[in-house]
Amino acid sequence: MTAGTERPEGRALGVEQVWKSFGDAQVLRGIDLELADHDVVCLIGASGSGKSTLLRCVNLLEPVDAGRIFVGGAEITARGVDVNRVRRRIGIVFQSFNLFPHMTVLANVTLAPRKVLGLSEGAARDAAVVLLDRFGLADRRDDYPDRLSGGQQQRVAIVRALAMDPSLLLLDEITSALDPELVAEVLNVIRELAGGGMTMLIATHEMGFARDIASRVCFLDAGVILEQGPPAEIFSHPREPRTQQFLQRIVEAGRM
Amino acid sequence: MSGFRVGGPLDTGELIPHTPGGPPRPSRRYDASALRSTLVALLSTVLFFGLIGWIVVHAPNWPDVQQSFFNGSIWAQSVPDIVPAFAVNVQLFCVAEVLILVLALVLAVLRSLPGPVFFPFRLLATAYADVFRAIPGILIIYLLGFGVPALQIPGVPTSTFFYAVIALTLVYSAYVSEVYRAGIQSVHPSQEAAARSLGLSQFQALRYVVLPQAVRRVIPPLLNDFIGLQKDTVLVSYIGVVEIFRQSQIDQAAAFNFTPYLVTALVFLVITIPLARFVDVLIARDRRRFLAGAR
Repeated sequence: MTAGTERPEGRALGVEQVWKSFGDAQVLRGIDLELADHDVVCLIGASGSGKSTLLRCVNLLEPVDAGRIFVGGAEITARGVDVNRVRRRIGIVFQSFNLFPHMTVLANVTLAPRKVLGLSEGAARDAAVVLLDRFGLADRRDDYPDRLSGGQQQRVAIVRALAMDPSLLLLDEITSALDPELVAEVLNVIRELAGGGMTMLIATHEMGFARDIASRVCFLDAGVILEQGPPAEIFSHPREPRTQQFLQRIVEAGRM
Repeated sequence: MSGFRVGGPLDTGELIPHTPGGPPRPSRRYDASALRSTLVALLSTVLFFGLIGWIVVHAPNWPDVQQSFFNGSIWAQSVPDIVPAFAVNVQLFCVAEVLILVLALVLAVLRSLPGPVFFPFRLLATAYADVFRAIPGILIIYLLGFGVPALQIPGVPTSTFFYAVIALTLVYSAYVSEVYRAGIQSVHPSQEAAARSLGLSQFQALRYVVLPQAVRRVIPPLLNDFIGLQKDTVLVSYIGVVEIFRQSQIDQAAAFNFTPYLVTALVFLVITIPLARFVDVLIARDRRRFLAGAR
């Protein structure tokens, strides 16, 4: 029986008992996570709890030590899987933008569609212009990234990921490197994507945003998902003492 | 006018009243003091080097020195010999430079390939850089220029120019590959991660994302090595290529006078100093960009 047939339809992401360590540090200690299509799941937790590592494992930027990951019903952690093909369907946006500084905005967005999907220059350009236009970046298409504000750079990074038409979008603390007044413009983009039905797994420190947008919130602590549920439940009535402690600290820091 | 404009990004265009006890107008005063600094520098430079020049030409042995190194008539005779011979050097370093840039890039890429499968390539590239940086260039030139033709293998070229280019390419590729490698390593791993996350293969990430940034960053040190290569083309005179140095030796021996060497030295000064200044400009530009990027 193949992996594809035993998975129910509409399961966008399945993470089963994923373990990952760096040297002696056990970062992920048996993560289980399910995302249905159009789910928006926020990962919260202290720095070092494993949020970023989990995202990087899902995108195969880090090989897992044990466990299995399924995307769209197919196991991507299986032997002999073409990682380049897998990554086409999973977009990731990083905390530090990671735009290509030697390319214009348009070249950043069209590189992968041209070189990976084999689109013609014109087709890739047309598609990119539509996306840039949609996120208010039409007039920046010929600029180099260093001419852009942090918020604009991050929106370009989101557009670059979207240009590959991913079935799943991973967002790794995408507002953490931004000045406070630039956070809103980026979060609004994500709100719009959520409204459009994009399936997203989001590591974030923005609790208000998580409460607002998430269909589910997962609290990570020391490499395990300690508690998960609808945002109202997690933020208002956390069951686990560690979750309560974490949220208490966030409130004390004035971040919620 | 009883005020001055502040200037700068916060300037609202309003005149700020200039009180008698307050700060004076800045611009004129700075202009005047800049001009004064320039004049002082010019005067002291002229005096300083003028004095050194006067001491040199009034030294008791100056006529002998002039006769032996700066002889006008020999200068006039040897320039038409020597300057055309420099065309051989130009051909040498132009052909060699192209080969060096290609071979060195291949070596640097081989050495940057990750994973156990590519270990032999990394080993090869590392050994190459170690060996050819360790051996004096003149030895490689002798071994190739005299050794290989002496084998008399049919079909193997006998042109000394050919072996000169090969020897220079082998030696300089070792240095230049290290320059490329430093450039590749200076590109942050997050750039490759971003490229791979979009589905680009390892080779595509290298080709479109890492290498363009790496090469741009190492253009100044590459030009430095190019300057070194230009000068080292004189080494191939030892295997019988009649280039500028060999020609100046011939002229020196004929006239029994060292002026031809000074002509050769001048040719190299004329060709390399502008290039060195150009490298400075590039480095200054990169530094400005880096500081702007660091914010």
